[in-house]
Amino acid sequence: MAILLNEDTRVICQGFTGQQGTFHSQQAIEYGTQMVGGVTPGKGGSTHLGLPVFNTVSEAKMATDANASLIFVPAMFAADAMLEAIEAEIELIVCITEGVPVYDMLKVKHALKGSRSRVVGPNCPGLITPGASKMGIMPGFIHHPGHVGVVSRSGTLTYEAVYQLSQLGLGQSTCVGIGGDPIKGMDFIDCLELFFDDPQTHAVVMIGEIGGDSEVKAAEYIRYHKNAKPVVSFIAGKSAPKGRKMGHAGAIISSGDDTAEGKMKALKNAGVYIAETPALIGQTMYELIGA
Amino acid sequence: MNIHEYQAKELLRHYGLPVNPGYIVNLEDDIHEKTKNLEQKKYAVKAQIHAGGRGKGGGVKLATGPQEVTQALESILGMCLVTPQTPPEGKKVHKAYVEEACAIQKEFYLSFLLDKSLECVQIIASAEGGVNIEELAKQDPTKIKTLSVNPLVGLQPFQVRELFYFLALPKEVGKSFQALIEGCYKVFTAKEMELLEVNPLVLTADNELLVLDAKMSFEDNALARHKDIAALKDPLEYESSEVEAAQYDLNFIKLDGNIGCMVNGAGLAMSTMDILKYYGGSPANFLDVGGGATAERVTAAFRLILADSNVRAVFVNIFGGIIRCDLIAEGILKALENVKLTVPLVVRLQGTNVELGSKMLEESPYDIVSISDFSQAAKVAVEEARK
Repeated sequence: MAILLNEDTRVICQGFTGQQGTFHSQQAIEYGTQMVGGVTPGKGGSTHLGLPVFNTVSEAKMATDANASLIFVPAMFAADAMLEAIEAEIELIVCITEGVPVYDMLKVKHALKGSRSRVVGPNCPGLITPGASKMGIMPGFIHHPGHVGVVSRSGTLTYEAVYQLSQLGLGQSTCVGIGGDPIKGMDFIDCLELFFDDPQTHAVVMIGEIGGDSEVKAAEYIRYHKNAKPVVSFIAGKSAPKGRKMGHAGAIISSGDDTAEGKMKALKNAGVYIAETPALIGQTMYELIGA
Repeated sequence: MNIHEYQAKELLRHYGLPVNPGYIVNLEDDIHEKTKNLEQKKYAVKAQIHAGGRGKGGGVKLATGPQEVTQALESILGMCLVTPQTPPEGKKVHKAYVEEACAIQKEFYLSFLLDKSLECVQIIASAEGGVNIEELAKQDPTKIKTLSVNPLVGLQPFQVRELFYFLALPKEVGKSFQALIEGCYKVFTAKEMELLEVNPLVLTADNELLVLDAKMSFEDNALARHKDIAALKDPLEYESSEVEAAQYDLNFIKLDGNIGCMVNGAGLAMSTMDILKYYGGSPANFLDVGGGATAERVTAAFRLILADSNVRAVFVNIFGGIIRCDLIAEGILKALENVKLTVPLVVRLQGTNVELGSKMLEESPYDIVSISDFSQAAKVAVEEARK
């Protein structure tokens, strides 16, 4: 089962022939992802990595029956690429690109309303269903199939958490990196909803950070959900100074309600188990559900 | 990115918004030369730093005629201005703005804000000008009007009317108020701002609207397509180490602890700081060296970290995913050929080829403590910094 992505997902890559697109498409193919083609305007009709290249997403969809797109397009053109994929009714759109302007994301969010698409990202590592398919830049080998769902705003911190889980014999159903930007596609709640409905997922690791109100909204969601599964959470940025942007565009304490402490408190009140340090994410889950 | 008041006013003027004439005087300028042609009128002399509350710290002075303006400039330029928003030691004033003063009838508050949670532009207004809006919002929220504008729909005339009647402005400024709100909204969205704060907006004694102070903040990701705005960045407003870091594409923020940190990825970098604090240590910086962690970037990162005399130990925490740990170890060792290591170095590598990477570090001629367990490595880094 897993969520969003499985071995039947037919994936195209936008920005296919670029350096990043090439490298990560190659990695995805090696992992077992069903890559069916790619899009690079102006290179339609050629072949790349043994797959057909198209000028537009709608052409690619028509020819390959793709239902997912992985985007490696420069920041200034990334929103256009997402809008094109939404218009072509691609179901799952994963945008890895960092630095997409916020005003562009407002357009994307507007286009998503009432559409058939979901967007993961931007500024994210993508998602992976271990043993089945990967759409992203994460190292595949640290993941193992299993029953823990992972959803995170971070990249390497997610790898760290997944590595800890795998070391303890806790495999993952699907790991979703939703990205570090303030305005993004899928948020914690969207992923939690899918995980709570997914029979393969028995528990969820949720990794948040300072800034914004996504974690607090997620806490409310968990608190009042009838069939909430056990959730372990870590919130990065307890030691971050106020008003400074900590790497991610969204990681900035602005109002005082968006501190790590405030978020952890809200999550605790919702019955979420908090990992005391980033080194204890796997251990906290292990103590909760065993291997 | 923030800009100075004088830059913000220039931009507003360009969009036809009401701003009094003024000019800038730099610390290195000949002040007399800059003031000798002034008329015997009233002027405001304002320190240009990126912080609010300048008046409270003596950074804003009213002066009449060239002599008084000269005196005001002499006291403001070069001073270390302390306001509630600056670091405790204050900020040195390199620039001052001389602006014609006006007779004020009433002050108002007006701001435009990109609300990322609601995904819209918020317009906030109050008839209580010159106030701290956060304080006012707590004390008496009825004195504040907040409107949401969907940027894809745009500002609507009824919203301008709502603001106009809420602020109880005199009828005769109706047209100019509409032009002001529309102009502000236009420049706000055209330049992709995060914040435009006009505090105060004033109604002058002659019933004219005037922007008396303006603060602007721009969305960083959009700067690549607004070269005119990007050029307004004042490097003097940033830590020199942060400016240097930006040249190497490193994400660096100086903090006041004593353990230098080098980590790949922003989330892991933040949580590395957290774990050091958890074990009683104190990070000297936030540093995201990026996914690549190449020798060149690691070298630059070491230089930045070791330039801080507070640093007593360095903690490198790298999760090698697609980039293997042995390549990262190679990068670290290459960097150490170019940088003289003066404090203990604790390296925690994890991920692909971790054994090989750790072995390379241990067998190197440098004094490196290599520990692959996250907690253990953090504890040791804290202990080393205490020695």
